[in-house]
Amino acid sequence: MDKKIKVIIDGKEFFANENQTILEVARENGIRIPFLCFHPDLEIKANCRICVVEIKGEKELQTSCSIKVKNGMEILTNSPRVRRARKFNLELLFSQHKKECSKCFWYLNCRLLNLAKTHNVKITRFVDRKRNRKIYKFGPIIFDGKKCIDCQNCFEVCPVKYLEIKNKGPEIEVFPSPKKNKECIYCGQCIVHCSVGAIQEENDLKRIENFLQRKNKVMVAQFAPSIRTTIGEGFDFSYGKDLTEKITAGLKKIGFNFVFDTAVGADFTTVAEAEELIERLKTGKHLPMFTSCCPAWVNFVEFYQPKLIPHLTTVRSPHIILGGVIKNYFAKKEKINLKNIIVVSIMPCTAKKYEIKRKELKIKGISPVDYVLTTRELIQLFKKHKIDLKNINPEKPDLPLGFPTGAGVIYGSSGGVMESALRTVYQKLTQQPLTKINFEKVRGMDGVKTATININGKEIKVGVVNDLKNIKTILEEIKNNPESFHYLEVMACRGGCVGGGGQPLPVDDKIRKARSSGLYQIDEQREIRLAHENPVVKDFYQFASKEIIRSITQTKYSSKKKTRIKILRKI
Amino acid sequence: MEIDIIQKLKEANLTGRGGAAFPTWLKWEAVRNTQDEKKYVICNASEGEPGVYKDSFILDKWPKEVIDGIEIAMKTTGAKEAYIYLRHDYYNKFKNKLKKIIGKNPIHLFKKTGGYIGGEETTLLNSIEGKRNEPRLRPPYPTEKGLFGFPTLINNVETFYWVTKIAKNEYENTRFYSLSGKIKHPGVYELPVDISVKEILKKTNNFPNFPFFLQINGGVSGEIITHQELNRKVAGTGAVIVFDLKKTNLLSLMKKWANFFYRESCGQCVPCREGVYRIREILNSKKINFVLLKAIFLTMKETSFCPFGKIVPIPFESLINKLWIKK
Repeated sequence: MDKKIKVIIDGKEFFANENQTILEVARENGIRIPFLCFHPDLEIKANCRICVVEIKGEKELQTSCSIKVKNGMEILTNSPRVRRARKFNLELLFSQHKKECSKCFWYLNCRLLNLAKTHNVKITRFVDRKRNRKIYKFGPIIFDGKKCIDCQNCFEVCPVKYLEIKNKGPEIEVFPSPKKNKECIYCGQCIVHCSVGAIQEENDLKRIENFLQRKNKVMVAQFAPSIRTTIGEGFDFSYGKDLTEKITAGLKKIGFNFVFDTAVGADFTTVAEAEELIERLKTGKHLPMFTSCCPAWVNFVEFYQPKLIPHLTTVRSPHIILGGVIKNYFAKKEKINLKNIIVVSIMPCTAKKYEIKRKELKIKGISPVDYVLTTRELIQLFKKHKIDLKNINPEKPDLPLGFPTGAGVIYGSSGGVMESALRTVYQKLTQQPLTKINFEKVRGMDGVKTATININGKEIKVGVVNDLKNIKTILEEIKNNPESFHYLEVMACRGGCVGGGGQPLPVDDKIRKARSSGLYQIDEQREIRLAHENPVVKDFYQFASKEIIRSITQTKYSSKKKTRIKILRKI
Repeated sequence: MEIDIIQKLKEANLTGRGGAAFPTWLKWEAVRNTQDEKKYVICNASEGEPGVYKDSFILDKWPKEVIDGIEIAMKTTGAKEAYIYLRHDYYNKFKNKLKKIIGKNPIHLFKKTGGYIGGEETTLLNSIEGKRNEPRLRPPYPTEKGLFGFPTLINNVETFYWVTKIAKNEYENTRFYSLSGKIKHPGVYELPVDISVKEILKKTNNFPNFPFFLQINGGVSGEIITHQELNRKVAGTGAVIVFDLKKTNLLSLMKKWANFFYRESCGQCVPCREGVYRIREILNSKKINFVLLKAIFLTMKETSFCPFGKIVPIPFESLINKLWIKK
C-alpha cells in the first residue's frame, strides 16, 4: 500500500494511509495506545473510551479507534490530559467489575489489571455497583454479570444472537436469551472477544488434577491438531510454532501415562467420511453432505436447522473416534481395566466440553472421552505446575496413536477437513496418485470458499465456511438449489479451530493465519500426507470387526430443545 | 428555486432549533450534493426534555407550515421519502391532523421508541431502523450515511416551520421560547433571536418580583444563570425556567436532574453510563464529595461518546459554581 499522508504522533512523524485510524497507525508503528472494546474482528464501537488521544485543534479528547488520520494531524497519545481521562474512566470501569483477582481464571492474563498498573488506577475508588448481578451458566459457558463492563463485544460476535441486551443507562445488562427459539451453540467466541474476562468456560482443572494424583488411574491425553501451533503463545513462542513434542513432554511431566495425537483420530475421520461421501455421491442421497467435526456447528444444525440433520455426516469427530479407539482397542491390547482409564482431550474448543456428554456417543455404556480441557486451561495447568514449555526436553507422542499423517494435522485450519477428505476421495475414486496434493482453493481466511474438483469427469462442488455468521447465505443457496454443493465443511469459529473458542488470547486474523500456516508447514514436511495411508488406520480397518468400526466411528443426531440456563452462586 | 432556498437559508442565518444550532443551509447543501439514489428527510419532533414544548405548540398551531417545510426540503435535496419522528404522545395527538395535510405524499409518521436520547439524531436513525436506541459514531454524519445508510437531512419541527416562512420571505429573525417555572404567564412565545433573557421576561410580563435564578437553553440540560447575567441570550432549545432563589431546594433540584439523566442515558459509553450513576450516588450521600463530582464532570465532558454525556455536567456545574458555594 502506498503511504500518502504524514501524521505526527507524540512528536514523531509517521507516514500513513488516509483510510487508517489513528489506532491502526499507532499499532503499526509500535506506539501502544490501550483499549478495551476495540477488536480487529468487530465493528468499531468506541464505547470504552480508553483509547482516547489528544488531537491538536480539537476541543475534546477523541477515540483513536474511530478517528481516521488526516494529513498533518498532530496527536498526543500519552499526555497528562489523556492519562488523567483514561485513569478516571478505568476507575469507573472497575466499579462495575467484581475484583476477585486471586480466584479469577484470567488473573495471569488480565487486561484490566495490566491497565490499572500502568495508569496508577485506584481500583476500589468506587463501590462495586454490580455485585448483585447474576452469574449465568449455559452448557460449558459461564457468564459473570458481576464482571461485565457492557462493551457489547459478546453481543456483537455471537453468531446466533443468543446473548441479548436489556435496559439502558447504568442498568444496561447483557444476558443469555430466555427465548424458546434461542439456544447457545457453545462456540465460545464470546469468551474470546470479551474485553475483561467476564465470560469463561467451565473449568475442569481441579478434577483432572485429582485424577492425576491417584495411582490406580491410567491417564491418557490426546491433543487436537491446532493445539500444537497455538499453545506456544502462552509461553512466549512465536505465533504458529509447532510444539507437538513439547506438549507431549509437558503432559507426561504432569503425570499423564500416555499422550496421543488427535490428528490420528482425524485420519480415522477422514477415511470414514470419505467412504460416506463416495456412497452419497453414488446414491445421490442427502447431498450436500456436511462435515460434523465442529460440535458448535452440529449444535447449530440440531437446534436451528433440524431439517438439515440428514445432511450431517454420521462420522464422529476425531477426538471422539480416538477416544473410542483408546478405550476399545488400545486398552484391550494393553490390558487396562476400562474403569481405571481416564481420557482427557486438549481441545481448541468450548463446545467439545458439551460434545463428550452426548449419550449417543457411548460405546457399551462408556463415553469415549471423559474430560475436555481448552488450550487456555492446559496453559494454566502447566503454569500452575511450573512447567515452562520453553525449558522442557521434547518427547515424541506415544505409539501407536501418536503419529498422524499431514492430512490429519491440517484439520485445525478452515478447509483442512475438506482438503483431507478430497485427497482421499480423489485417490479412492480415480485409483490414481495425486499429482497435486494441495487444494489451495479451500485454504485461507475467507469466510466462504468454494471450489469445483473434477473427479473421473464428474464435477464435485465443495464449499468451506468458517465463522457461523457466514452460514446464512450458503444455507439459502442450498435451499434454492440443493445441487449447488456436494460437500460442505463448516467450522463455527473464524479461521476454523485455530481461531477456536478455547484458544489463547488475544487473537486476530494475523495470528490465526500464523497458527494455520504452522499446520500447513507440518503437513508439507510429512512423508505420509493421505489419511488412508496411515498405518494405524489401515491396521485398525484390517483387524477390527465391522461392528467395532461402526460403533467407534458412527453416530446419530436428533433435533434439540432449549436447555435450562442455570444461575450460579459463585464460580 | 432549489439553489434559491439554500441561499435564502444562508442569508437568513437560520440555525437548527433542536438545540445544536448547526447552520441549516450547510446540512441541506450536504444532502443535496450527494449522488445517492435514495435520500431521506426527517422531521425531528421527539422533544424529550422537560421544560421544552415549543414543537408541540407549533405542530398544534401550524402543522401545514411544518409539512410545507418538509416538502421544500424533499424537493431541494432530491429525497423521495420523509419521516416525521414524533414523541409518542405527540403521535397520538397529532397523527390525524398531520395525515390529513400529508395526504398521499410520501411522508411517514413514526412513533418515537426511545426516551430523551431518542431526540439525538443518530439515535433517532437507529430507532427508525428498529435498532437499539443508542447514538452512532460520527463520522459518517447523517448527511452522508443516514437512514438505512442513505444521505439524510434531519431538522427540528421549528426549523422546518421557519424554512416555510423563509421561502415566503416572512422570516424576521425570531424564534420560539418555552417559558415555565415560577412565573405568572408560562407558555410558548415568539420573540427575536438576539433578545436578552431580561427582555424576554419583561416582554412576556413574567419578570419576577422576588429574588430568582434561571435555567436557560435547555429544560434539564440548560445552564443555571443568576440575576447578574440577565443580559445573556437564550440558545439551545429556547427554554427559560424561573426558580425562586429562596424557596428552591438546590439539592432536590440537582437530584431531580440526576434522576432524569440516570433514566435517560443510553448506557453505551463508560463516562456517561458510570458518570450518571455516580452523580446520583454522590448527591444522595450524606456528605457530597465535590472534588469527585468535578472529576466526573471533566471526564464526561472530555470523553463522552455523544452530546448527551457532554452536556450532563452543564446544569450541575453552573448551579454549584454560582449558587451552592455562595450559600
